Amino acid sequence: MTQVTSLARSSDRATALSQLLELRPALQASNWWQELREQAAARVQEMAIPSSRDEDWRFTDLSPLLQVEFQATSARTEAIEPSSIPEAAQSCLVFVNGTFAPQLSSVEMPEGVSIASLSQSNSEHLQPYLGRQQGADEVFTSLNTASFTDAAVVQIARNAIVETPIHLVFISHTSSQAIVQPRALVVAEANSSVAIVEEYLGFGEDVYFTNAVTEIWLEANARIDHTRIQRENSAAFHIGKTAVSQDRDSHYACRAVNLGAKLSRHNLEVYQTGSQTETVMDGLTIARDNQLSDTHSILALTQPYGTSSQIHKCIVDDRAHAVFNGKVFVPKAAQKTNANQVNRNLLLSPKARVDTKPQLEIVADDVRCTHGATVGQLEADEVFYLQSRGIDAATARRLLTTAFAYEIIDRISIPSVRETLGGLISP
Amino acid sequence: MIQENSEVILTVRDLTANVDGTQILKGLNLEIKAGEIHAIMGPNGSGKSTFSKVLAGHPDYEVTGGEVIFQGQNLLELEPEERSRSGVFLAFQYPLEIPGVSNLDFLRVAFNAKRKAQGLEELDAFDFDEMVREKLDVVKMDDRFLSRSVNEGFSGGEKKRNEILQMAILEPTLAILDETDSGLDIDALKIVAGGVNQLASPQNATLLITHYQRLLNYIVPDFVHVMAAGRILRTGDKELAHELEAKGYDWVLEEAGVGV
Repeated sequence: MTQVTSLARSSDRATALSQLLELRPALQASNWWQELREQAAARVQEMAIPSSRDEDWRFTDLSPLLQVEFQATSARTEAIEPSSIPEAAQSCLVFVNGTFAPQLSSVEMPEGVSIASLSQSNSEHLQPYLGRQQGADEVFTSLNTASFTDAAVVQIARNAIVETPIHLVFISHTSSQAIVQPRALVVAEANSSVAIVEEYLGFGEDVYFTNAVTEIWLEANARIDHTRIQRENSAAFHIGKTAVSQDRDSHYACRAVNLGAKLSRHNLEVYQTGSQTETVMDGLTIARDNQLSDTHSILALTQPYGTSSQIHKCIVDDRAHAVFNGKVFVPKAAQKTNANQVNRNLLLSPKARVDTKPQLEIVADDVRCTHGATVGQLEADEVFYLQSRGIDAATARRLLTTAFAYEIIDRISIPSVRETLGGLISP
Repeated sequence: MIQENSEVILTVRDLTANVDGTQILKGLNLEIKAGEIHAIMGPNGSGKSTFSKVLAGHPDYEVTGGEVIFQGQNLLELEPEERSRSGVFLAFQYPLEIPGVSNLDFLRVAFNAKRKAQGLEELDAFDFDEMVREKLDVVKMDDRFLSRSVNEGFSGGEKKRNEILQMAILEPTLAILDETDSGLDIDALKIVAGGVNQLASPQNATLLITHYQRLLNYIVPDFVHVMAAGRILRTGDKELAHELEAKGYDWVLEEAGVGV
């Protein structure tokens, strides 16, 4: 009996996935892009929406996703004011429901930067990059690759040091139950340097599903300072992939802030392809009401002399649920690696829940690696200390909670982004 | 300074209190008038620190009897923050570190909470900054301490000086210093004591809780109380502290009929 039921369920999950695939728009694309799409579509047809029996989805139950009958989406741009970053006023690329919105964008790019939507650019030279990251076979990544019709493409020329941050905004603004599949590709050529802010915004109160994929390539000695902000509306599903490849001597820093969506998952995967890379993966998740916010990170340090540090923090209130799973692989070849990983969680209510699993897999023997996780509440003594200075208990708790979050926000390099996030997290 | 006809600031009558169901304070009596400096000394476990926490309103300490009147109001009815705003200040034995909250912001929020409670206008960041910089001199602190997180990575002496800086800004009517001297080297002790002396005035009062007579060479008390077994057993002047230093506590306990 049990087996029959589980078979029935897995076939439901396969059907649900193929229904999502059927919603993909037709596309007049160049041959290679078409081929990429069809290969991904073929993979998706063999797959199903993961269940909690899949180790990677143990704590994040996607059943609610199965209960929504999703529709295809169409571009809408009325009544939208994307959040603006003054520092990136001239370098802002906006996509609405996966389609480039030129009237909302402003692309007077600094020298050395080429920024465009894939549908408008000569794309042949992107072939070695698009859809070529490790982990591209994963189910939702494949679904996106099979479905996306446009992508934000940012290329930083060799040796270009770009002082102006680049703002990529992906807005979901749909009437109801749409699936939106944004895509971005960033290529930083050798010795280049750039800051990228990737932001997901949701308008309206309707349920929708954002399935996003961003691929980032750092060539030798390149630097990318990446801020990823997820602010979907409170009914939304958000599954987002950030896949990064780092060639030798490159520096990649990601600050991922997860605030929105009813159910969200961020898959952050960094693959080292050359030695002596530096990787920073900081994260902040704030979950309230009955939000579920999941971050899964993978860092594959496969070469010698790599350095990495990761601090992921979750603040969980009400009946919300946060998940953190951080894998760090240090195989035999990765001698002299120095990797640190910390996950700290603050539970603000008795019904709040966090599942955390920092994982370090070390085979190399000449390395320095540390990891750990803490789960706690606000210290009664800290609250009392503030009260004893005349600060009321509610303000004291707010101050301490905000301070907990600021450790991550302070690491974001763009002042106006820090300020905006500061305003969003202090109620 | 003992003054004729000065106002009573604090009256404690038959105070009893529990921690985790164990009675620690067993009928404590004390009266403090404006202008006075009192010292409570006593062996470990005598209840000195419990008394300071009870006055400040720590939630882990349960008052089971007696009363505490502070400037005419029942202190025990007030929340910890209300006690602070009405003029009670506790300098902590172990000041807490609060990562992520800058010292300057912390001081400003605390200061403005008191101003607001007094019906005064809050000071803006600019005016407050100016005021704080003047107060830094009281504890000879560098202004770089202002931009750091509260007590984070501070040395023991720096933490205690930061407590006195908070006191200088909040200008309490009753300052309770819980073992502020313990663990300080002589230079830090002089700075802390100098700050406390500078802030003492005929209008306010200071209650020192200490283990060591050494502090009382720098902050000279008007009254010295010996506390043991949850009560004040003996009260004298500063000479009592010297006597305790020379002879220990046992004779006081014996005379009071309290088992050691």
